[in-house]
This record gives sequence, structure tokens and C-alpha cells, in this order.
Amino acid sequence: MIDLSLLSDGGMPWLDASGRASHLVLSTRVRLARNLRGRIFGLRNSPKEREAVLTEVLAATRDTPQLAGAMLIRLDQLERSDRELLHERHLVSRELAGLEGGGDVRAGAALLVQNRVGVMLNEEDHLRIQGLHSGLALEAAYAEVDTLDSELGQRLAFAFHPQFGYLTSCPTNVGTGLRASVLIHLPGLVLTKEITKVLQGLSQVGLTFRGLYGEGSEVVGNFFQLSNQTTLAKSEVDLLDHLGKMVRQIIEYEEKARQILLRDAPTVIEDKVWRAYGLLRHARSMPVEEAMNLLSGVRLGVGLGLISDVSMYALNKLLVYAQPAHIAAHDAGGPELSRSEINIKRASYIRQSLTSGHDKTP
Amino acid sequence: MQCQQCGQSEAVVHLTQIMDNDVTTMHLCEACAAEKGIESGAALPQGAVGDFLATMGKGLGAGLPGMADAPHATCSTCGMTTQELRDLGRLGCADCYQAFEDPLRQLLRRLHGSTTHVGERYRPPGAEVEPPMAQAAELREQLRVAIETENFELAAELRDRLRGVE
Ligand SMILES: [Zn+2]
Ligand SMILES: [Zn+2]
Repeated sequence: MIDLSLLSDGGMPWLDASGRASHLVLSTRVRLARNLRGRIFGLRNSPKEREAVLTEVLAATRDTPQLAGAMLIRLDQLERSDRELLHERHLVSRELAGLEGGGDVRAGAALLVQNRVGVMLNEEDHLRIQGLHSGLALEAAYAEVDTLDSELGQRLAFAFHPQFGYLTSCPTNVGTGLRASVLIHLPGLVLTKEITKVLQGLSQVGLTFRGLYGEGSEVVGNFFQLSNQTTLAKSEVDLLDHLGKMVRQIIEYEEKARQILLRDAPTVIEDKVWRAYGLLRHARSMPVEEAMNLLSGVRLGVGLGLISDVSMYALNKLLVYAQPAHIAAHDAGGPELSRSEINIKRASYIRQSLTSGHDKTP
Repeated sequence: MQCQQCGQSEAVVHLTQIMDNDVTTMHLCEACAAEKGIESGAALPQGAVGDFLATMGKGLGAGLPGMADAPHATCSTCGMTTQELRDLGRLGCADCYQAFEDPLRQLLRRLHGSTTHVGERYRPPGAEVEPPMAQAAELREQLRVAIETENFELAAELRDRLRGVE
């Protein structure tokens, strides 16, 4: 089994809730899609060509300061359960981890990761350079990724077209290759039913949303990943500014919605929050969707100042560590657990985390 | 079509989304869609959400829209054909951008509102003429990694290329 404790903060420094607006914004991610010049793209190349991509990029990253001591994780040499762990930590996409329906992990699929930056290798694009920060930190996350991109771009020849910009496997990524996304918690807007209007507004200004793990449009626990939909015809800075502006506005709407809820329906909200906390602290079986929704309630309670003995850090950690592969990992090596056994273990894990002090690393 | 969520009612909302690298379509009945915070066009003042869903789905869906009547072409580098491109929704290599340039321009305009990159400019290292020395050094480094990772087939290939450069 893979030892993720070798990664500082388990590869998730963003969990610490230290960033700006971190009571609402869990994390900011920026990624750049890049391909190597003269090489077939990732969905059409052979295993041998994929190995060659890996070799070429690894040679270039040896003397790249930001990746000097990076951990190389070859997903193509990992069991499915380990690949699921990495995906649950937001370190790799479903596609790279080979978790897409019926799909298997492909040759050469790998992740280089150090602190807040990483490179996914042999995704549909040869390189996906990514940075993950706590809270709302679009500028900082981009600056870090941009530096790494420049360094790699001096050592590797990227496919770049004078008119179309950086060439990517999917035409939705061409140009800047930049996708910035902000993972935000919006229970106030969901409860006041304003969310549809907000999401509708997003699409009108070139932004889009998806759920916590980007699985279809599945939105759980009122967590939304807001990101730019277009990548061409706007500069990197404009794309980030635009997303940032919209996110700040949505934060304002969310704060306002919470005030309205507290003013007009205080007992309903308090009851919702405390029920959620009570269930998480005492239930004996806990399906993952329910856990995510109840954690949303507790998070709202902490944000409103109703609950004071749980930290955002503890709640962030639970979002990841209560996911199925993480719960199953406690019994790695044993017989495979059934869904209901996992639900029992999840309930027990959450009870422990919420009662035995909040800032212990699981 | 049945709703994917409850499997009971008729699906009336077809939400297509492009995520980082996934194209997913959810087929939902009105109740399940509302539960997810997505209302169908019928349930709302005219236009608004219908447009919303149309915009969300304007991406790739199954394959590439607007390429239905693109003339047949083949990329000479990777062998991609217009038909495959339509089905896969992904380009095979950088040269595909030339091979399918006309329909792609239309598609890019539709996806991004324009076809011209205005962001960061990039010039690959040694874009003019790459000194053979640097190329050899690069190949030697790649060869070293290939041997270290016991990738002998690639190492042999690199050794041949290195001989050509030196
Ligand atoms: Zn339904
Ligand atoms: Zn091609």
C-alpha cells in the first residue's frame, strides 16, 4: 500500500483552513494543460510513447527548483484502492487514476507532487501542472504554477500555436490551458433557494460549476467548484480576475443569505445545525452522502458561530478522510469490506474525530 | 428515457457538463433535478434556466458539435479522421489543429467566443536553431533516466538518436 504520510500534510496543505475566506472557500486550484511538441497526445499514443513522455519530463524536472525533491507516484503501478485514495485527496483526476467507468489506469500515468504544486503526467494532456491553496488564493496559486510552467517550458518544448496558443487534447482547454477552480460551500444560497439564480448567472459570464469530486454534476454537501469555462481569447490574468470577482460577489450573496436565514428562521437553522452535529456525533452507521450533507450543516453552524468546539480544519479533514477509500484503508490487507461495514466504520471514525479533540491527525 | 437518479420518472432535464477532462450528461426527472438545484425550463419563468442548461451543454456532449458536416480529412501525423474526432471529441496531436483547421475554428468560436489566444506567448527553448550540443546533453540526461528506470527499449532508441546527433 502506498504511504501517503511521506507527503507533507498528506499532500493536502490546503486542508488547514489558513487561507482567505476559508470559512466558505475550502481551496483554490489552478492548473495548466501542456503538451510536448512533436509527440502524439495522451488519448492516442502508445504505451511506449507514454513512457517516453514520462522520461522526458522527469529528466527536465530534476533541476527544477519547485520539484527538486518531489515525490513521484506511478499510478500505473498502484492498486485501485491506492489510486482512489489519491483521487479522494484531490491530487489526481478520475481519468488519470483510471477510475472512469470500466476504464483502467493507463501506462505511464504518474503524479509528481511537492508541497502545493504537482504535475499530472500522461493524462489526456502530457502535463497538467497544478497548484492547490487553502482558501481564496487565485493570484498566489497561479503565481506558483506559472513559475513552474516557465521553468519547465525552458527545459521542455511545449506545443504552442501562434494563433491558438497552447495546444491541448480537448478544444475546450486550448489557448491558455488554464483552469482555475474555487471550491466553495454555499448552504445559505441553497437553503434560501437562490442558488439556481446564482448558477444561472455564472454560465452567462463564462463560468461553470461542478461538485466536490467533479463526478458528473453531482453536488454533495452544498460544495460547488466554480471555474472558468473558456480558456481562449482572454489572458491568464483576465480569466483569474474575472473568476475572482464573481467568487467575491457570490461570497457576499452567501453571507447575506445566512443573515436572512438567521433573522427569519433562527430556530429552523439552529435545529438543522444541531441535528447534523448530533447525528455525526452519535450515529452508528453513516453513508458517505449523508456524512457530506451533515458535515455541511455543522460547517454552517461553525460559520454562524453556533458551534464553537469544532475547527474548520477538523471539518476539512473529515471531508476527505471520511471518503470510502480512506475509511477502507484503515483495514488495508484485511478482507474487503461491504458497503454497510464501511458505513459502520465511517460512523465510528467520525464520532471519534468529533469527540476526541478536533486537531488530531487521523 | 428514465431519470438516472430515481429510475422512475421520465427524464426531462439533460445536463451536459464539461469538467476538467470529463464530459458527462445527467438525465434527470423534474423532481430530481430540482433537488439538485437545477430546475427544468418548464418550472421557471420562460427562458432563464432553459438558456442556462443550453449554455452548460453547449460544450461537447457526445463528440464535437458543428463538425457534423465537416469535410472528410485525415491528420497525416496521428491518423485521426474527421469521423474519429467527432466521436472522441479530442484531438490526436498538435498537427490535428492544421488538419481540421476550418471546422475547428468554427468550434473554437462557439466554445470560447473567439479563435485567438491573447494570453502568455511562448517560445520553445532554442526555437531558432538548437545547438547540437544542448540537444545531445538533453538526450544524454533522458538516456540516464531511462536506464535508471530500467526502460531499456527507450534507452536503445535514445542511444540511436544520440549517435545521430553527436
Ligand atoms: Zn428522478
Ligand atoms: Zn493528429
